[in-house]
Amino acid sequence: MPKLTIDGVEVEVPAGLTILQACEAVGIEIPRFCFHERLSIAGNCRMCLVRMRGSPKPIASCAMPAADGMEIETATEAVHNDRRGVMEFLLINHPLDCPICDQGGECDLQDQAIFYGFDRGRYTEGKRAVEDKNLGPLVKTVMTRCIHCTRCIRFATEIAGVPQLGATGRGEHMEVGTYVEQALASEMSGNLIDLCPVGALTSKPYAFVARPWELTKTESIDVMDAVGSNIRIDARGNEVLRILPRLNESVNEEWISDKTRFALDGLRRQRLDRPYVRENGKLRPVSWNEAFAAIARRLDGVAGERIAAIAGDLVDCEAMILLKDLMASLGSANLDCRQDGARLSPLPRVSYLFNTTIAGIEAADACLLIGTNPRWEAPIINARLRKRWRRGGFAVALIGETVDLTYRYETLGDDPRLLSAILGGEHPWAGVLAAAKRPMLILGQGALIRPDGEALLAVARAIAEATGMVAGIADGEEGWNGFNVLHTAAARVGGLDLGFVPGPGGRDTAAILDGAGAGDLDVVYLLGADEFDTSRLGSAFVIYQGHTGDAGARRADVILPGAAYTEKAATYVNTEGRVQQSLAATAPPGEAREDWRIVRALSAALGRTLPVDTAAAVRQRLIAANPLFADAGVVMSAPWAAFGRMAPIADTPLRSSIGNFYVTNPICRASPTMAECVAAFTTPPQKKTGTDG
Amino acid sequence: MSGGGVIGGDEAAFAFTAENMERARAIIANYPPGRQQSAVMPLLDLAQRQNGGWLPPAALDHVAAVLDIPPISVYEVATFYTMYNLKPIGKHHVQVCTNLSCWLRGSDEILAACRDELGIGVGETTADRLFTLSEVECLCACVNAPVVQIDDDYYEDLSPETIERVLRALKAGEHPPAGSQIGRRSSEPVDGLTSLTSAPWAKTVPHRVSGGGH
Repeated sequence: MPKLTIDGVEVEVPAGLTILQACEAVGIEIPRFCFHERLSIAGNCRMCLVRMRGSPKPIASCAMPAADGMEIETATEAVHNDRRGVMEFLLINHPLDCPICDQGGECDLQDQAIFYGFDRGRYTEGKRAVEDKNLGPLVKTVMTRCIHCTRCIRFATEIAGVPQLGATGRGEHMEVGTYVEQALASEMSGNLIDLCPVGALTSKPYAFVARPWELTKTESIDVMDAVGSNIRIDARGNEVLRILPRLNESVNEEWISDKTRFALDGLRRQRLDRPYVRENGKLRPVSWNEAFAAIARRLDGVAGERIAAIAGDLVDCEAMILLKDLMASLGSANLDCRQDGARLSPLPRVSYLFNTTIAGIEAADACLLIGTNPRWEAPIINARLRKRWRRGGFAVALIGETVDLTYRYETLGDDPRLLSAILGGEHPWAGVLAAAKRPMLILGQGALIRPDGEALLAVARAIAEATGMVAGIADGEEGWNGFNVLHTAAARVGGLDLGFVPGPGGRDTAAILDGAGAGDLDVVYLLGADEFDTSRLGSAFVIYQGHTGDAGARRADVILPGAAYTEKAATYVNTEGRVQQSLAATAPPGEAREDWRIVRALSAALGRTLPVDTAAAVRQRLIAANPLFADAGVVMSAPWAAFGRMAPIADTPLRSSIGNFYVTNPICRASPTMAECVAAFTTPPQKKTGTDG
Repeated sequence: MSGGGVIGGDEAAFAFTAENMERARAIIANYPPGRQQSAVMPLLDLAQRQNGGWLPPAALDHVAAVLDIPPISVYEVATFYTMYNLKPIGKHHVQVCTNLSCWLRGSDEILAACRDELGIGVGETTADRLFTLSEVECLCACVNAPVVQIDDDYYEDLSPETIERVLRALKAGEHPPAGSQIGRRSSEPVDGLTSLTSAPWAKTVPHRVSGGGH
């Protein structure tokens, strides 16, 4: 470990650290534009200059490894002058358009110019102007502002895996762009906006909307996929204006997907902001009491087995547990949180979790993807797979549709019976997995929503056991669990944890739809459930509780307006089984209410009052239902057990469960930005698979 | 590029000829496996020569495909170096050095002579697509200034008259002799040798005795 002196303080830092990082270790902040912890070192902005004894010239601290005996000066007049010189050069061609720049107020260049800038320019020549590039509907470019730090190029090439950006031309004529104009085809492109230290790359939908100091910042959790990305919701008044990533090394590092970031304009459209009751075929706005009265009238005298409930993909755990309790009180066992019919059951827990954990991917050395397209189903997990792949020694294979995952993998075909061959040892990948020290597999929802999903689950489990993916079985390493189910719905793991599945003799989603169609069910309660063919509900009386007018609300007889994920403090469990808490950034619109309060109020209107009156009491109820809910933020590893049922596997090709990344739930279907993305990025139009409404 | 080629080229499609593909493979084989990206510059040169002196986007994409690297990596290189021409050029590329040494030795007159003789300005191509005139920075032949590079050949020690003669010969389809236009040998002094006039030392005298000092 090299020992060096920084501003007279002797410090010992781990080998391989740069001087800049060593300075940070002793609490000295070095200004920088091009350096970024998660990207390769470029060393081209020169803002991080420091002086080193013995070196006649200043040195770029971001690119110089810390070495033994170095004497570094960061606070001398000479260093300050070096940086002032660099700043003056950077500002030569930078326009003075801060008043009309969206980066204003959160701009690295602006901030650092306060310390190192001159109060007037000495440069009298004309500034250069650069033509703006069209990177698609999400990232707005004002390329004249670019200071050529190349962070965007490195992000696109290294993290996102879409090497489309580059620096063309040289010297005065250097431009960052794509050369041949094209939209940046990445589901992670929004992160460029955060990375850009100046206002060259800003958010197109957010252009000229607000200044950072006007915004209220709320730390919350994303629900666009089952990753549970940690986000910061920026709101002004009662309107969510933008969503930014929040650092969580275990989940999303500091990235979020474009759907997480940009689907928020869907929160302003198609909103259900007051209760409705259908009369003579038309929905009539009513008061809460009238809506509850209508439900009470319809439920009066209806037997429990003629009532059913389906929970959707964006639902929080609080609403689910109360609805489950209400259904129990009504005597119904017909409830299901798997509206796509995924063949997963709540026990054992290990059978439906991403057991390796997202951060754990980095320790794996072989990965088998089954019926999944992680790039669309969970871009953050795909980025982690890519991160692991870039380090080398990571064999990846896919059984399913051949798609661009941004890293190289072996295409094994889309025949699910390949799994039996791998299990039987006849397939070469049986050897690859067995030889790997920490092999993992990822089972997508595309494999689980098939009629033979349970058999695929069983054969995947058997492969995991046979190839040493699980600790304690074969030669599985201590604590290692390579069996992973990748969910796409934010509510799913929570629903399974709470046992929001059919009770004894109860109906599952398919049986509920069949029963409703056949007239065996009188009342169906849709808790934010939209992702199925609502015409199959027959003549059942449909209660829809949710926030966005989509398939479920169109079919509903009573609409109970709920809160979207940005409007409630709620609990979600991500695909790893990580319990996370969201916070309300705004209030629900109009008459809409937090979902658990609606279920609680309805229970009172039905004369079956649930014994919870406060948010704290609901949390206690969650913990009573499953003690896991007491530990927010961490992943509790689940013990291995047998699951699935061996059965013949059909030869139907394996497919991802997601037809189009940009439209997977009611919020993104209502989002104009997501619609623009569909038009820009999915040509030729992608084939629909039924989950996109 | 001397000898020209197909002027213009097909912008929509480009592929190495079988012969050039052979050459490309030999060039790539010069680099360690997995480092084929290093061959991007010679391959671009090969493509430019095949395509009549310039590189359409299709050629850049083809080079990227041959090297299995992202197209943008090829665009970056091609746009960085001025000797890759990204627009069609004439059969002969007349590149007049106007940097310091040549300028002191009268490159302004040389450039004017080229303009007059070809009837075009800098950066332009003659209507018959025979010549493109460019102004370039130092060609690293300062001792023989002023210098003009035409295709792969250097024409040195020029005067307005000699450059006109060279251009006329090219127009006539001839290939005028390259090098000094005043008849001197390489960069030797114009007035004859002033040093190194005696016979070289005998071969038996070593320049340096290894292991010992002089």
